[in-house]
Amino acid sequence: MGWIWGKLIISGLLISEMRNNMTHALEIHNLRKRYDTGVEALKGVDLTVSSGDFFALLGPNGAGKSTLINVVCGLVNKTGGEVLIEGLSIDDDYQKAKMHVGIVPQEMNFGIFEKVIDIVLDQAGYYGIPRREALPKAEILLKQLGIFDKKDEQSRTLSGGMKRRLMIARGLVHDPKVLILDEPTAGVDIEIRREMWEFLRKLNDAGTTIILTTHYLEEAEQLCNNMAIINKGEVIEQGPVKDLLGRMDRETFIFDLESPLPEKTAELVSQFGVVRVDSDTIEMTVAKGESVNDAINALNRLDVRVRSMRNKTNRLEEFFIQKIAGVPKE
Amino acid sequence: MNGKQIWASYTTIVRKEFLRLFRVWIQTLLPPAVTTALYFLVFGKFIGGQVAPIHGISYMQFIIPGVIMISVITQSFLHSAFGYYFAKFQRSLEEILVSPTPYWVMIFGYVTGGVLRGLVTGVILLAIAFLFTSLAVHSIFHLLAFAVLTSIVFSLAGLINAIFAKDFDSINIFPTFFLIPLTYLAGTFYSISMLPKIWHDLSLWNPLLYMINGFRYGLIGVTDVNIMGAYGILVALVIALSLTVWYLFYSGRGVRV
Repeated sequence: MGWIWGKLIISGLLISEMRNNMTHALEIHNLRKRYDTGVEALKGVDLTVSSGDFFALLGPNGAGKSTLINVVCGLVNKTGGEVLIEGLSIDDDYQKAKMHVGIVPQEMNFGIFEKVIDIVLDQAGYYGIPRREALPKAEILLKQLGIFDKKDEQSRTLSGGMKRRLMIARGLVHDPKVLILDEPTAGVDIEIRREMWEFLRKLNDAGTTIILTTHYLEEAEQLCNNMAIINKGEVIEQGPVKDLLGRMDRETFIFDLESPLPEKTAELVSQFGVVRVDSDTIEMTVAKGESVNDAINALNRLDVRVRSMRNKTNRLEEFFIQKIAGVPKE
Repeated sequence: MNGKQIWASYTTIVRKEFLRLFRVWIQTLLPPAVTTALYFLVFGKFIGGQVAPIHGISYMQFIIPGVIMISVITQSFLHSAFGYYFAKFQRSLEEILVSPTPYWVMIFGYVTGGVLRGLVTGVILLAIAFLFTSLAVHSIFHLLAFAVLTSIVFSLAGLINAIFAKDFDSINIFPTFFLIPLTYLAGTFYSISMLPKIWHDLSLWNPLLYMINGFRYGLIGVTDVNIMGAYGILVALVIALSLTVWYLFYSGRGVRV
């Protein structure tokens, strides 16, 4: 009998170990939120983000993204459902669960009269790290984010881009396993945006799970491995960015032509939905299963040569628009 | 969070609140100092010189504890009310709310901030009082105990006001229309033994009477009320207001939506 018990114990340990290894950074089951006003912001959201992932949460304004993030961070009470951060319930283990999360909100939410360094060190304090212990980490973060020279200035004197970087430093000072960024690069110029992307990439490479919401779909396509689209409080798509883009049923290209397109283009219009932008520029939509070569060959048959071509919009943007357009309006 | 982490979080809130007191000292410390000095000059020196002693104490000495307590009460109230409401208004409160800091540590932190402002104000005003008259402190224990308990009561009250406040104006409604009248009617400038019976009996329902008289007993050894009874009322108020704040935080009111 002894060996049976031994086997059972070992199996139990193995299952437990497997579960530990399978812990997700964020698990959301049937999450619901109805505000006192009656607005149902989340209608049973299920979402899983693996540890180490770079995850995009996309959706139009008012889709429920910020509500979802605020529930995860403890700023909004959920009406129903379950949220686990690194396997820890925000209901039963909220202190431990919160230790694992850093948040970079959409709106500025720090004391405008506080010094930059104090904002970061105070945040460390709220996570139980004394100022003296937090100081080296805070200084490193401010240096990495390029605002160390502003550390003794009041936060209200910072530019918009600097304020966003300050919030990233503040969100990371307690070394969270999961960093959630709500529109981190909104209103930030292109150069700073690229620098922030680079910073986030390095952070993700070092093992931090990153979840971001963004309106810049190029940002999501450039940075993220997986994504979910949320609309009207429901997740309507979820999966790897590459797979979802592979499911696009059409893609629109802009062709710059060496000579004007002839008048008789009925075949071209019916197959590729040609739209004339100007005399030398046209838009052509290539459906799934067709090749861009088919479009170019069709133009060649009309003795029109293509000088250059490009996507009309970012591919993810096109996918997003297709998906959102597919949801009936209430 | 373990004990060390909770201490780090608590001291962070207190440090921030304490520094705010000195950063805007022109708004926080200077006004009560100027107002109180004027009270001492006008009521204590100019008018008080013509008034007969009360309980064998000069009028100047008699009004000092009450005048100091008016400022201790309003300053501790305003500190926690403005501190919490302003943090809510500019959303910096979210810095604490997203952290693992338990609500009770937040409550302790904001109340400590209010108590410190009350005490710092009290010490400054006491120093000013010594410029006008000589005082021999009757009991440092009772003096401190009543100052601390009163500051706790009004820091808690300030927090409750801030939780319900919809704008900055509503922070000023309670001190302007309730606190100031109650402090003036709490025997600050007179002994309630001098009042007609109806006003005397009505005064006994004013909780500020017990705070001011307790503090007066600690400073000059004179009181219109029973000291143990005054402690009882203050402790009961601390417990009742603590439970109210506790409920408001843990039910999510004013903290979450």
